[in-house]
Amino acid sequence: MTATTPAARRGGRRLGDQAFAWALLAPAFVVLIAFTHYPIIRSAWSSAHGRNGDLGTAQYERLVQDPVFWQVLRNNLWFAVGTVPTSMALAILMAVWVNNKLVGKSFVRLAYFTPTILPMVAVASIWLFFYSPGIGPIDQVLSALDIPTRNWLGNPDTVLPALMVMMIWKQAGFFMIFYLAGLQNLSPELEEASKLEGASRWYHFRRVTFPLLMPTTLFVFVVALTDAFKIIDHLFIMTGGGPNNASNLLLFYIYDTAFSFFDPNYAGALTMALVVILGLAAILQFTVLERRVHYR
Amino acid sequence: MSAPRRTLALAATLSAGALVLTACGGGGGAGSDGSVDLTMYYPVAVGGPLTDVVDDLIASCTEENEGISVEAVYSGTYADTMTKAQTASRSNQGPDLAVLLTTDLYTLMDGELIVPLSTLDDDLSWTEDRFYPAYLASGQAEDELWSLPFQRSTIVQYHNKDVFEEAGLDPEAPPTTWDELEEQAATIQDSGAAEYGLEIPSTQFGNWMFQAMAIQSGVEDTAGVDGIVDYLDAPGSVEALEWWRSMTESGIMPSGTTEWASTPEDFLQGRTGIMWHTTGNLTNVRSNADFDFGVSILPANTQPGSPTGGGNLYVFDRGDEETRAAAYTIARCLTEPERAAEWSMRSGYVATGPEAWETDTMVDYAEEFPQAAVARDQLEVAVGETTSHENGRVSQMINDTIAAVLTGQAEPEPALTQLQSDIDGVLAPYQGR
Repeated sequence: MTATTPAARRGGRRLGDQAFAWALLAPAFVVLIAFTHYPIIRSAWSSAHGRNGDLGTAQYERLVQDPVFWQVLRNNLWFAVGTVPTSMALAILMAVWVNNKLVGKSFVRLAYFTPTILPMVAVASIWLFFYSPGIGPIDQVLSALDIPTRNWLGNPDTVLPALMVMMIWKQAGFFMIFYLAGLQNLSPELEEASKLEGASRWYHFRRVTFPLLMPTTLFVFVVALTDAFKIIDHLFIMTGGGPNNASNLLLFYIYDTAFSFFDPNYAGALTMALVVILGLAAILQFTVLERRVHYR
Repeated sequence: MSAPRRTLALAATLSAGALVLTACGGGGGAGSDGSVDLTMYYPVAVGGPLTDVVDDLIASCTEENEGISVEAVYSGTYADTMTKAQTASRSNQGPDLAVLLTTDLYTLMDGELIVPLSTLDDDLSWTEDRFYPAYLASGQAEDELWSLPFQRSTIVQYHNKDVFEEAGLDPEAPPTTWDELEEQAATIQDSGAAEYGLEIPSTQFGNWMFQAMAIQSGVEDTAGVDGIVDYLDAPGSVEALEWWRSMTESGIMPSGTTEWASTPEDFLQGRTGIMWHTTGNLTNVRSNADFDFGVSILPANTQPGSPTGGGNLYVFDRGDEETRAAAYTIARCLTEPERAAEWSMRSGYVATGPEAWETDTMVDYAEEFPQAAVARDQLEVAVGETTSHENGRVSQMINDTIAAVLTGQAEPEPALTQLQSDIDGVLAPYQGR
């Protein structure tokens, strides 16, 4: 057997390492490509086809002229505006509250976190009952107080706010966990220093605690905003997007178009719209906002 | 890492990848021993443990037909089942046999997913004896029969006799005209016997309820036998929607939209004195009502009438003649009079033909529970359910318009005119086909 030169041996070894690295990455790649990249490319490709299969921008022209698309988009924006800040504010409030020395602290934490561990479909079923006209607890309380009751989910003015309330209820506890973790990472000396300086608790929160929580806030904001666009489960159970699309959201509309109307090309165009929206949100968050975040 | 361990790790990762790629398998087809394995999808749209009933029926059919085995897959609601059947078929994993809405006929034909039954049976004259014409008609299109009536229904009017009595009405004389209906509903409400006089669900199958009202107002060709829907802006349709809205406005019906699924619940809880709903809920209401209830045919405006509804058995085109023949055998077996009678009694769906109603068990049942026969009697004035190309989108558009009008966002006449022209646009490619 002839001896190989050290360089060649190193080269062979490097190639082997390379292959090994790729092999380790392969499962993740396969999953990512099969379930993320390929579908996006496929959607883009099918969105470029008209009804009779010829290439063109027909689907996008249709999209621009589709009143339901614009309504769904508007609904989705309102849904994000209505749920994201409120659930984040509630999350901070709850986190500060349960971070204090408090009797039965664990119990309160658990209570806040409970909605999160319930599956969305179960939550939707529970709230469907809450909102059901006449027999639901909400209407029962209202009629006991002599306040006029409403058909919460059957009325286009109230259906979206009703869904927002449910969403906030479901998510605030989840975000609280992140804030709680963030708070517990803060050094207690900071608070002692503030006390020595005679700063009020609110001043301390505003000038010290909150800025230090900014990384958490950014993270939670990203999650909350994408969640607002990804939500779909409760629509199946509670409203089906109705009445007259008043509670229809983008992902549900995509599902309907693709699987109820079997119009994959138009669904592809709608999907590209969703991808663009989420992409823009991500760019905004990680370029503009990240610069304002103080990392230690 | 040592060489053997590295090889092992490599093999493991590669096989994991392969696993992901081959994770979807299964499906029907001819077995190696000459037996045929079928997959059947079926939905359940009404209350009650109907999966057991289906399993029993299938078991008795496979016993009778040796060499065929059927895997019956409960697949959610009608809409879920349609979605699953279509998606799976496109990746060649679909069912061989499925129970789907009769309104899905054109969608299935356009997707080339099903076969006409004449390709499986030279002589289909037996179907004329076995099924009522109104039910058979909804399986027909383009001069072919495409499906066999199975879990069929129609809309009927349920009334709570206790509530009628409390309101001072005759519990044995439910309303037979729109005027009577409004009057009695108002009486019920004024007397405080129930919160609402009447509930007609407007979500999910609102288009079906609307079709009933249109038929009662004398509108013709609501069925769309050529796959085209064009009755929506007819004067009778406008009158129907105006009437519907007037009842939500006067408060004898709940305001806004009324949920399909919660309507029977409201009826059982005594919140509404009268409801319109599918006969498919008969067994549910019968076993859960703690009051006396009556069932009657829908009231007339200018004439009585109701659309038929429910699902048929479709034989899917999986490209294998033997499988298709076996699927047809099972479908035919499931519709035999004895089984149709059993299915009807245990579910509440309407037995699909005269032979089934003449079986001894069914005769006894109808005597003991006369409400069950109402739907059959109504078939004489029944019309096929609206079906069209692009049925999913078209029915969604109709439901949206109904919701818009009932919630006060639109006026009936302009909304229906707009709706018809929108639907004309959607169906334009199919015109004159």
